[in-house]
Amino acid sequence: MKEQLFKIVDAARSQGAQYADVRFLREENEILTVKNGRVEGLSKNTDEGFGVRVLVDGAWGFSSSPTLALWERVVREAVEVARCSGLARKAGGISFPGRPAVIDHYRTPFVEDPFAISLEQKLDLMLKADAAMREVPDIKVARTSLGFLRIEKHFANTEGSYIRQDLLESGGGIECTAVGAGDVQKRSYPNSFGRQQLTGGFEHIRAMDLPGNARRIAEECRALLTAPTCPSMVTTIILDPTQLALQIHESCGHAVELDRALGMEASYAGTSFLTPDKLGTFRYGSDIVNLYQDGTVPNGLGTFGYDDDGVAACRTDIVKNGIFVGYLSNRETAAEIGHPSSGANRACSWNRIPIVRMTNVNLAPGTWSFDDLIADTDEGLYLITNKSWSIDDKRVNFQFGTEAAYEIKNGRLGRLIKNATYTGLTPEFWANCDAICNEKHWGLWGTPNCGKGEPSQIAHVGHGCAPARFRRVRVGVA
Amino acid sequence: MLGQQQTERILREVLDLAKAADEAEVVVFTNESGLTRFAENYIHQNVVERNAQAHVRVVLGKKLGFGSTNRVDGDGLREMVERALQTASLSEDNPDFAGLPADNRPVPTIDVFRPSTERFTPRRRAEAVARLIEACQAKGLRAAGAFETGLREIAIANSKGVFRYQPATVADFNTVVMSDDSSGFANASAIDVHDLDVDALAREAIDKAERSRHPIDLPAGEYPVVLEEYAVANLIGFLAYLGFNGMAYREGRTFLNEKRGQPIAAPGISIWDDGLDPRGLAQPFDFEGVAKRRVDLVKSGIAGDPVYDHQTASLAKVDNTGHALPAPNSYGPIPLHLFMAPGATPKTELAKGITRGIWVTRFHYVNPVQPRQTILTGMTRDGTFLIEDGQITRGIKNLRFTASILEALQRVEAIGATTRQFINTYGSTVVPALRIGSFSFSGATTF
Repeated sequence: MKEQLFKIVDAARSQGAQYADVRFLREENEILTVKNGRVEGLSKNTDEGFGVRVLVDGAWGFSSSPTLALWERVVREAVEVARCSGLARKAGGISFPGRPAVIDHYRTPFVEDPFAISLEQKLDLMLKADAAMREVPDIKVARTSLGFLRIEKHFANTEGSYIRQDLLESGGGIECTAVGAGDVQKRSYPNSFGRQQLTGGFEHIRAMDLPGNARRIAEECRALLTAPTCPSMVTTIILDPTQLALQIHESCGHAVELDRALGMEASYAGTSFLTPDKLGTFRYGSDIVNLYQDGTVPNGLGTFGYDDDGVAACRTDIVKNGIFVGYLSNRETAAEIGHPSSGANRACSWNRIPIVRMTNVNLAPGTWSFDDLIADTDEGLYLITNKSWSIDDKRVNFQFGTEAAYEIKNGRLGRLIKNATYTGLTPEFWANCDAICNEKHWGLWGTPNCGKGEPSQIAHVGHGCAPARFRRVRVGVA
Repeated sequence: MLGQQQTERILREVLDLAKAADEAEVVVFTNESGLTRFAENYIHQNVVERNAQAHVRVVLGKKLGFGSTNRVDGDGLREMVERALQTASLSEDNPDFAGLPADNRPVPTIDVFRPSTERFTPRRRAEAVARLIEACQAKGLRAAGAFETGLREIAIANSKGVFRYQPATVADFNTVVMSDDSSGFANASAIDVHDLDVDALAREAIDKAERSRHPIDLPAGEYPVVLEEYAVANLIGFLAYLGFNGMAYREGRTFLNEKRGQPIAAPGISIWDDGLDPRGLAQPFDFEGVAKRRVDLVKSGIAGDPVYDHQTASLAKVDNTGHALPAPNSYGPIPLHLFMAPGATPKTELAKGITRGIWVTRFHYVNPVQPRQTILTGMTRDGTFLIEDGQITRGIKNLRFTASILEALQRVEAIGATTRQFINTYGSTVVPALRIGSFSFSGATTF
């Protein structure tokens, strides 16, 4: 493979590319779904191909094919497309500083290979979880899913780098829908969007204990049918880690993507209120808010060895003691502001170009135990598991809904509340963060459905956090 | 492009390989496309892709197995079928499985393939983009957007004699033109790239960006609105997705369970799904190869019927309307070819009669808050204006709406006389602009 890929980038160079890289990917996934006691989907899928990216006279071109035998045509196309890009070239051309060659092989650490676990074992676990949910009255739909992904990725570029990565992801989850009392309610576990996903093996599925949590989730789902609706008010909220992970994702992760801040995503995903002039001075949150990106943290869904620029994954600060100090970036965008790349150039597949994506964007733990945090809160809501989400195209005004909420009164968790929503403006919201739980409560959450780019790219990214408290938040919007 | 002959070879080969199964289905998707993307007045991404994927569903008694591959040579297909057979053999019975459909009726041939789009070159895309950029630079504006042209093929066969093939071409151009404090949007899609008037789209976006400069704050609240076709298409897409799924209906999860046959919208509102209408991206069969039927979702304000695929129709003991998604599909059937009937009011006169209201070009990041009540939230963007005394007077900063689609449709006061067509991955939406008497904005943003 190595020789073949170097042949490809050499051909690109001989046709005029000042820089070229090629990625070959072979993916294998297994997806299992059980709904209401029926095995609905049991699929094994494969996908492979390669993409060639070239920089010619300061403009980019890219072409791709599932068939490696067509490499000469693909290189010609990529170069031709780059020359067409030159019809509306960036003034002075794209800046793409060189880097030393890297030769390496990265493998996702794991304990149990999920592809070696029998389908019978997996189905047994799923059917037990499914049955436990359906024991609860009013549960109309019970769904359990497992998914496993194995990626073999080879990267080579004209700088002499050759990197192989063997990546492994495992995910699973349960969700149920209760219908009754003129209402429909849904609950999920461990996360919404059908599953919690991490890099690693089947050990993550065992740790979720889907059957052991199924009845509890279903009972809570049923209880929501007759629970009081979230009142409209301004109050204190505590976000559980799954909801906080999405809050970080939408209001920090996307906002600090440097390509957005530079206008490169303006027509689709949007731009960012965190423009480069704010770097190092803008107060993003309260003093206790420390956010960082880390492509190296074990088990994170955004954990890997090297990004698709050939840059090693690393950890960099984003918000330090409340001040905005860093972006997610790649070699191209980092050069625009004179910074090193943060190693966040990622393509979702062989037929997509790499763009700036999240790795694991994490909120550093604070000092509180969860019990102490609740006890310290006179009045408010504890919000659990995302149900709806929306944020503007500069990542300022957001609104989220959660599957469930619990009233907090006089330092104790109280009644279950349904249809909880909250809204705010990003810097005000994070400025009102006054407590974050400690590392005992800190965990990693996968977001396997992050959309960006044209053509569309769905990235797998992660967020680490512990429950946190926010003051003066408007809740009960709808 | 694989072409009909080559695609049919793959279908036959997979069915032959899957002879050990009691039933088998194969679906082949191919695509070849190029996309030229620009921002900050230069082309920053410019890509070409081609791919072909085969998907197989095999049935052993009541057990199902699925597989897919993009290696469509003999070895790749054989491995895919073997994997699917193995998974089916290890699976559990699904007593509800209704078998594969046996719809051998001929479907109309609808030509949605244009060689002009297939042959459109990266150079011509770049030339069109360069013209837009030049126009923006002349006015001190910045352009972003994408120009995509491509072709796709869908081919479906099963062991019960279903055999379908359709090629299609699609061209799509979108742009956001920005000043320091404003932006304007334009988008159009077409089967024939020559039906896209890129220069007119450029003028539309530039005009909006210029007219919305120096936006003022407007407090959240209830306002009469004019929603342009972009915004209407977004809402109607959600209405169809949330409300008219035959599986969700059977499970009691949609507003249709209570409202079927009841008034849910103003009398002038009619919305339907029709995969045979060439004004959209027509596709005469669904992803199980079943002939599509027109389904009235809302007829003169009255709630119509859900759509069905083979499985949900069998369980509900009703006729299949031909709205299957690709298998495995635990979500259920959804309408993909949406139309809303135009009215009689020229778009330029929709603001008439509004004393103080809001003109919305499009929405951003819309998601359901309470699906059964069709309550959505989202932001306005790229051309939000104040209407005063029936006229657009100036730009306003963007607002968040949190509103029920059904309530909005009940308050429709005027319907635009023309429609715009938007094509997405496997469907299309054709809608007019609307004037709505009252629409709920729940918050404001800073730009």
